Amino acid sequence: MTQPSPGRHGGVAALTDAAVTRLKRLGSWPEFSSSRYLVVEEIGHGGMGTVYLAIDEELGREVAIKVPNISVSTTIDQRFHVEAHVLAALEHPGIVPIHDIGRLTDGRLFYVMKRVKGRTLQDHLPQVEDLAERLRIFERLCEPVAFAHAHDFIHRDLKPENVMVGAFGEIVVMDWGVAAVGSMRVDSIQSPVVSHSRESQSSVSRQSESSVGSLAAVERVHTREGTVIGTKGFMAPEQARGAIDEIDARSDVYGLGAILFLLLTDEVLDQEGDALSQLRGRGIARPLVAICARALASDPDARYQSVTALAEDVTAFRAGRAVEAYRETVFERIARFTRTYRTAILLVLAYMIMRAVVAILGWSPNSHLLSRWITGWFQ
Amino acid sequence: MDHDSVRSPGLFPATRHSVIERIRDGSADARRQAFGDLIEGYWKPVYKHLRMTWRLNPDDARDLTQGFFAEAFQKAWLERYEPGKARFRTFVRVCADRFVMNTRQSASRLKRGGGAYRLPLDFDGVEQEVMARRVATTPEPDEYFHQELVRSLFERAVEGLRDECVAGGRQVQFVLFERYDLNPDEGVSYAQLARELGLTAAQVTNHLAHARRRFRERALEALRGLCGSHEEFRREAYDIFGVNVT
Repeated sequence: MTQPSPGRHGGVAALTDAAVTRLKRLGSWPEFSSSRYLVVEEIGHGGMGTVYLAIDEELGREVAIKVPNISVSTTIDQRFHVEAHVLAALEHPGIVPIHDIGRLTDGRLFYVMKRVKGRTLQDHLPQVEDLAERLRIFERLCEPVAFAHAHDFIHRDLKPENVMVGAFGEIVVMDWGVAAVGSMRVDSIQSPVVSHSRESQSSVSRQSESSVGSLAAVERVHTREGTVIGTKGFMAPEQARGAIDEIDARSDVYGLGAILFLLLTDEVLDQEGDALSQLRGRGIARPLVAICARALASDPDARYQSVTALAEDVTAFRAGRAVEAYRETVFERIARFTRTYRTAILLVLAYMIMRAVVAILGWSPNSHLLSRWITGWFQ
Repeated sequence: MDHDSVRSPGLFPATRHSVIERIRDGSADARRQAFGDLIEGYWKPVYKHLRMTWRLNPDDARDLTQGFFAEAFQKAWLERYEPGKARFRTFVRVCADRFVMNTRQSASRLKRGGGAYRLPLDFDGVEQEVMARRVATTPEPDEYFHQELVRSLFERAVEGLRDECVAGGRQVQFVLFERYDLNPDEGVSYAQLARELGLTAAQVTNHLAHARRRFRERALEALRGLCGSHEEFRREAYDIFGVNVT
């Protein structure tokens, strides 16, 4: 079929509501006509920006391009700067790499990143019923966040929608648009963007160093006191209060704790209530309850002081070791020891029972009974 | 107004000036041509508005739609539009509402409109659309009028794209656009389309990108022609597509 289907009187058929909606969306797609990128489809739409699947015609590969929804907004523009710089500065398998940055003819900043195939943790979760597998996902999620913290970046919006699970189980943390940038790293992260810059193209101009401006300035605007950054159900109390000065890596610990809560309960944390009471009575192992509750402590000082410490406790639980967050009783310690070393304990017990039987039969006055009994088996 | 004074939809390229600027141009021919463009863009929303908001029967809606445009042309109603007071589409709708009210008061539908004007418009086709999307409740007038104006605008842009593709021997481009973008519920993929039409995935991507770009350009040009001023065009483009245009 290569002929257009004629509508009434040779015109096109009347457009359905779905078609009108689709055409409106098409009209909002960014114009890359003179660049190397060809937009294929819209693959994500959020409050701040839209992500498009595109083809990089020069390299013949699929990429994802993020474009802000609003064309003229200083705050959004600055957040895009921050996100692009964070992605450029952090090279980790769990953080999506950035390829390019530029401006559309209408002034909007855009950046090009690797296309991550997979689905969000939110969508992936129903397919994973095994607790151990869920905990492994959580441990892998902690790795890029800990890496970012080691480089003085705080994500500030960790939630299942911002975590992609790849086809081979790889975890990628997305959406660093509201990340906080540590002052120590400000100077060192400006250079990668400049090195990305190339000659201007006719309709899509590249980002110059001067227009990028100081990331420190961006961060000052970005972290204005009283600004609430994060997502309900996953943001730390200090974020919800807009206490920007109190936000640090431990705020991400809280976000991870909220994700752990979801992994353990299949429910989003009710931040109005007490986390511990929401975790109890669900058949969740006490050490896990304690880990999650500590990560979700209202007071940052009462939380794990690092993502690494949180991840280590989860790993310890999965390996059957004692966890830092939970002081177990003697009986619980014995029970855990028994569970962990069940096979070895059973082997030792079997050996001891056998030795006991042999000893009893062998030392009796009728010691020949044992050999007669065994011989009888084979007759 | 005779038959020749209104052009058949889709046969003429859209203009770069606003319709009101062209109507006020002074030259009789230019005014007549501009009015033809205006009818082309507005007759469907006006007819649907009379059917759905005023709940008129098809015959009355048809007569009053024709009567409205004919009298608007003869009595130069639309020339009185002032950009600072309202958007042009709102002005057109309010003028249509007043025309219907006046006609009802004088109870002289036949005298004012019925049978007096005959514009070559496909009322039967639009009536089918009205019946297909009939709802029990009366829609909010301005919202409904805008929604139908956008639909009519897109239909004209799509029709123009189709004619362009056929004329340029790029039928496959429109077929792809029609299958993928005009029937989004079909859920067909690029790979499926490539297999069906004997193309590579890259060709599908390129054809669709070109068709979409042309659709957007045509829709914006048509929209520009229907607005009362450049500022209004910018606002309308933002409302419809969510983007700023220059």
